[in-house]
Amino acid sequence: MLHIYCPYCEEMREEEEFSYSGEAHIARPLDPESLTDAEWGDYVFFRTNPRGLHHEMWNHAVGCRRYFNVTRNTHTYEIYETYKMGEQPTVTGGKS
Amino acid sequence: MKKYSGFSLFKHSLKHHEDWQKAWRSPRPKKSYDVIIVGGGGHGLATAYYLAKEHGITNIAVVEKGYLGGGNTARNTTIVRSNYLWDEASKLYDHALDLWYGLSQDLNYNVMFSSRGVMNLGHNLQDMRDIERRVNANRLNGIDAAVLNTQEVKEIVPIINDSQDIRYPVLGASWQKTGGVARHDAVAWGFARGADQLGVDLIQQCEVTDIVVEQGAVTGVQTNQGFIGAKKVACVTAGNSGVVAAMAGIRLPLESHPLQALVSEPIKPIIDTVVMSNAVHAYVSQSDKGDLVIGAGIDSYNGYGQRGSFHVVEHTLSAICELFPMFSRVRMNRAWGGVVDTCPDACPIISKTRVDGLYFNCGWGTGGFKATPGSGHVFAHTVAHDEPHPLAKPFTIDRFNTGHLIDEHGAAGVAH
Ligand SMILES: Cc1cc2nc3c(=O)[nH]c(=O)nc-3n(C[C@H](O)[C@H](O)[C@H](O)COP(=O)(O)OP(=O)(O)OC[C@H]3O[C@@H](n4cnc5c(N)ncnc54)[C@H](O)[C@@H]3O)c2cc1C
Ligand SMILES: [Zn+2]
Repeated sequence: MLHIYCPYCEEMREEEEFSYSGEAHIARPLDPESLTDAEWGDYVFFRTNPRGLHHEMWNHAVGCRRYFNVTRNTHTYEIYETYKMGEQPTVTGGKS
Repeated sequence: MKKYSGFSLFKHSLKHHEDWQKAWRSPRPKKSYDVIIVGGGGHGLATAYYLAKEHGITNIAVVEKGYLGGGNTARNTTIVRSNYLWDEASKLYDHALDLWYGLSQDLNYNVMFSSRGVMNLGHNLQDMRDIERRVNANRLNGIDAAVLNTQEVKEIVPIINDSQDIRYPVLGASWQKTGGVARHDAVAWGFARGADQLGVDLIQQCEVTDIVVEQGAVTGVQTNQGFIGAKKVACVTAGNSGVVAAMAGIRLPLESHPLQALVSEPIKPIIDTVVMSNAVHAYVSQSDKGDLVIGAGIDSYNGYGQRGSFHVVEHTLSAICELFPMFSRVRMNRAWGGVVDTCPDACPIISKTRVDGLYFNCGWGTGGFKATPGSGHVFAHTVAHDEPHPLAKPFTIDRFNTGHLIDEHGAAGVAH
């Protein structure tokens, strides 16, 4: 069971209050009309799925119902930080 | 290699079973091979076996970072069936089911395949409509399938709660009588022994850390036991496939999730078939030892930790207890997790890649055990001919860019 800090409620809550929404910081194509099939496929289906540091979105579904970001280790499940939508992670493991 | 038989069992019993020969060798890796298979799970071992047996390629190594069959092969709930919705998938899984039926004889190894039937429950009108549709599609494809009503379910599984007043009443089920379960370890060991016998080197405790590519073609793998050269590299690494693909600069549309299962203390025979429910994420069968084998749904988050969260198990057990109130006081013995490689359309990827000589067989997600012999069989063909086996053709990586997805979420779901 993960314990997750909601940056909006400013409280540590149990995982069951949240729902997972996958990889964070995926930018929507600005000019969808000009995308090739291959580019569309990449945008819709391909994720980084790393073993290690992962930036991901969670929704505080039975709390404030807002989306926010989490930096988590997908191997140890350790959560390094949570931050609001629109903000950038501070823990990036050397990558940015 | 000595043949296993009733007679050999008798003979060895006279010597207290103390000098059975080893089931396979433990060779040191050679400098290079024609084919290296990365991942010694059931699928990888089956691929090696069929490459050697049907395509005459025997200069093969299976390279496994842990021990043979220690990944999802040893962690799954062993449900075998082929009643998938779409032509492409149902043909692939039915090909596997055909192979299950002769497998113990073919391998001279008892994989304990037991065709005890598999039932998928429906709990509301829409479930039942979907079941009708899937069963009709199955029958058009020559797959054994039937729709059961509540009464018929109750006749096959007398202990099921058929009250219509519960949260998820049993309205009926789809029923594949030819499905069942098999002994997961035996499947890995049987293919391992068969492959070894045909000359395949099985190399354990050997982790692939890099895939070496020169001028667009694979030349070998870097491992913790040094470099091993290869003309072809075939990766069958389930939940770790994305990590392995990245070594060759390839992206896969997979996400790795924990999937959990648990077994109870052994009890007397009480349920002689497999009961599954996609809707409430619970399924149960009883092993020959007597323990109830119970599977849960996936944890929603990405995870490589081979463990998931407790509330997922709790959720599954509450569903099991509602369906089988008499199980409420059975104690659970062990719980564990595996890392499953889920694909956006809930179908596998059996594919060449843009690197010459590099192949992937992955994306089986929550339900690949049932396909083990078929997966190995069609992948061996794909690797040997550098051309997809006709049944594997629809399952290329390209489909995520062309849009030719094979959506099996309904039939695969989280249940297997
Ligand atoms: C809890 C659970 C229940 C399931 N229930 C069912 C079910 O009832 N029915 C069903 O059909 N399916 C089920 N499945 C799915 C099924 O287990 C898998 O789809 C199937 O076993 C995959 O087989 P595999 O041989 O590809 O993978 P694995 O057995 O996982 O083999 C992959 C191997 O690759 C090795 N490997 C990974 N990376 C490297 C590397 N870098 N170098 C060397 N080796 C490496 C791993 O150590 C592993 O042994 C279940 C899965 C789980 C986790
Ligand atoms: Zn909140």
